[in-house]
Amino acid sequence: MNASASSSATPALHMVGVRKVYRVGDEEVVALDHADLTVAADEIVALVGPSGSGKTTLCSIAGGILSATAGSVVVGGEEISGYNDRQLTTFRQNQVGFVFQTVNLVPFLTARENLLVVDEMGRREGKPARARADRLLEELGLADRAQNLPGQLSGGQKQRVAIGRSLMNEPGLVLFDEPTSALDTELGAHVMELIRTEMKARGTSAIVVTHDERITEYCDRTVRITDGVLEA
Amino acid sequence: MKLALRELLRRPGRFVTATVILTLIAVLLMFLGGLLDGLIRNSTGAVEAQDADALVFSDTSQASFLRSRIEPETRTTIETELGVETGGLGVVLLGARVPGNGPRDLANVAVWGYELAPSGVPAPPGPGEAWADEVLEADGVSVGDRLLVGPARIPVTVVGWVENTSYNGQAGLWTGVDTWRSVLTANRPDAALDTGVFQSLVIRRGDRDLGGVSVPDAVESLFDGEVVALTVREAIEEIPGVTEQRGTFNQILGVTVVIALVVIALFFALLTVERTALYGVLKAIGARSRTIFAGLVVQAVVVTLVASAVAGLAVVVLDLVIPPGSIPLSISATRIITSVVLLLVAAVIGCAFSLRRVLKVDPASALGSSQ
Ligand SMILES: Nc1ncnc2c1ncn2[C@@H]1O[C@H](COP(=O)(O)OP(=O)(O)OP(=O)(O)O)[C@@H](O)[C@H]1O
Ligand SMILES: [Mg+2]
Repeated sequence: MNASASSSATPALHMVGVRKVYRVGDEEVVALDHADLTVAADEIVALVGPSGSGKTTLCSIAGGILSATAGSVVVGGEEISGYNDRQLTTFRQNQVGFVFQTVNLVPFLTARENLLVVDEMGRREGKPARARADRLLEELGLADRAQNLPGQLSGGQKQRVAIGRSLMNEPGLVLFDEPTSALDTELGAHVMELIRTEMKARGTSAIVVTHDERITEYCDRTVRITDGVLEA
Repeated sequence: MKLALRELLRRPGRFVTATVILTLIAVLLMFLGGLLDGLIRNSTGAVEAQDADALVFSDTSQASFLRSRIEPETRTTIETELGVETGGLGVVLLGARVPGNGPRDLANVAVWGYELAPSGVPAPPGPGEAWADEVLEADGVSVGDRLLVGPARIPVTVVGWVENTSYNGQAGLWTGVDTWRSVLTANRPDAALDTGVFQSLVIRRGDRDLGGVSVPDAVESLFDGEVVALTVREAIEEIPGVTEQRGTFNQILGVTVVIALVVIALFFALLTVERTALYGVLKAIGARSRTIFAGLVVQAVVVTLVASAVAGLAVVVLDLVIPPGSIPLSISATRIITSVVLLLVAAVIGCAFSLRRVLKVDPASALGSSQ
């Protein structure tokens, strides 16, 4: 895997020989095998592959939600492969952002509160977090929707709130799991543009999982995955 | 915390059922507790009111006023040896005819003769007079009435009211020792006591130094087992039925608290299952199980407090509405606070049953296509 030419800084993600095996009863499902992937700081990588190929699994391991069965995972210079649950929780609080495959906003919180919940559940900064939430809502064009509940928002607006939430802890790496799958083409393109702008403005790296080849245009590089195996 | 409170405010419907059930349980708990307090007070109020460091009975009496007899020499010994203040005390349980009531409509009274005034009772009234417990109002008694006490119909005039001084379920009539002695002699010749003889003695240490020995022990040490000296607390427990009543009621109250615990445990276990997806997302964005569980406890505590507040108000209103003398309900702040504390403890323990489930929620459940 070649490091991006543009950056000599610590890569946002460096995975070497990562393997993930799920045990279902007596059976073993190899979801990821010998995965080597480096995402440079500031780089946006598209991860493309058919359903069941291991995209979500790879993102979960990179984001410290799942532990790899074998291999080394270094995020922002931090080796997380040996972490216990507690250490992984702290890691997630500080180093990564997620936009999940299904929009998982808290239904009884307003858009702004959905952003602030990251701070409440995590670092508890208070005022700076509130300022950051307002700035993000502004940038994402949601300033006038800040007080709306998710049920009062359109699909695209909800996805934008989810993007805002993923950036609340100022992560070095954001993992987008099919961020546009629930949106129509035009809206999907708009959301991708927004993601690119937000990432580039912050110098944040991202992995964007997608089925859709058109989405890859908004990324710096595309990595393909088939049956748990990565190819450049 | 904020998340938990916001859910309570914005999704109150989810918590209504639990709150209503808990309110009913809290009402039951406070009402039964008040009933216990009322019953106990009805049978012990007169003893509890005694302003005494010790109450002295004769040894074979098993601390029963009606069986006990203290000779003047015993009293003299205590006074001279210990230098404490003593007061004679005696009681007789009788029916009293109330003016304006039918001849069979007797009021149950406990006629006390006393020398040292119990708390809440003025100094002994004049001959033939009595301070009456206000529960007699339910029998139609008013101040100035002349009651005819016992089969011998000894007249006793009510000169004022006192509170919470019933004994054995009979209303207190507080008289000077001579009045009491004449009521006793006329109505219960078999139990008559000579002048100077009492059923019990009230002992007040005052500022006497007994060398660190408790007053009851000091009194008993003067005799060779002929007297029993008890604190007021101990004397209350010796009143027939008190321990049994309290034991039975406390068992019922205990079961009620356990029911509250089960309700909270089930309700929040159910909520936790419903929220697995939400908790998965929260964990994925960095929430600790501790933080999530704390939110659950906050919700249980708020639900319990709301239920307790409504229940507390309900029993206070009930207490005001129920006429005195009909149901022996005694609602006190102590009883309400105790009930609330018990319910809060039940709430927290109830929540603890969901702790394992909260810990088990996998942040990975936030991922993938399944909600
Ligand atoms: N918790 C699990 N237990 C067992 N097997 C699993 C689990 N999660 C995923 N798998 C299996 O691992 C493989 C990779 O799954 P993964 O969710 O990473 O795929 P994906 O590329 O994200 O698919 P999709 O595009 O449908 O979201 C699949 O064969 C899947 O069945
Ligand atoms: Mg997936």
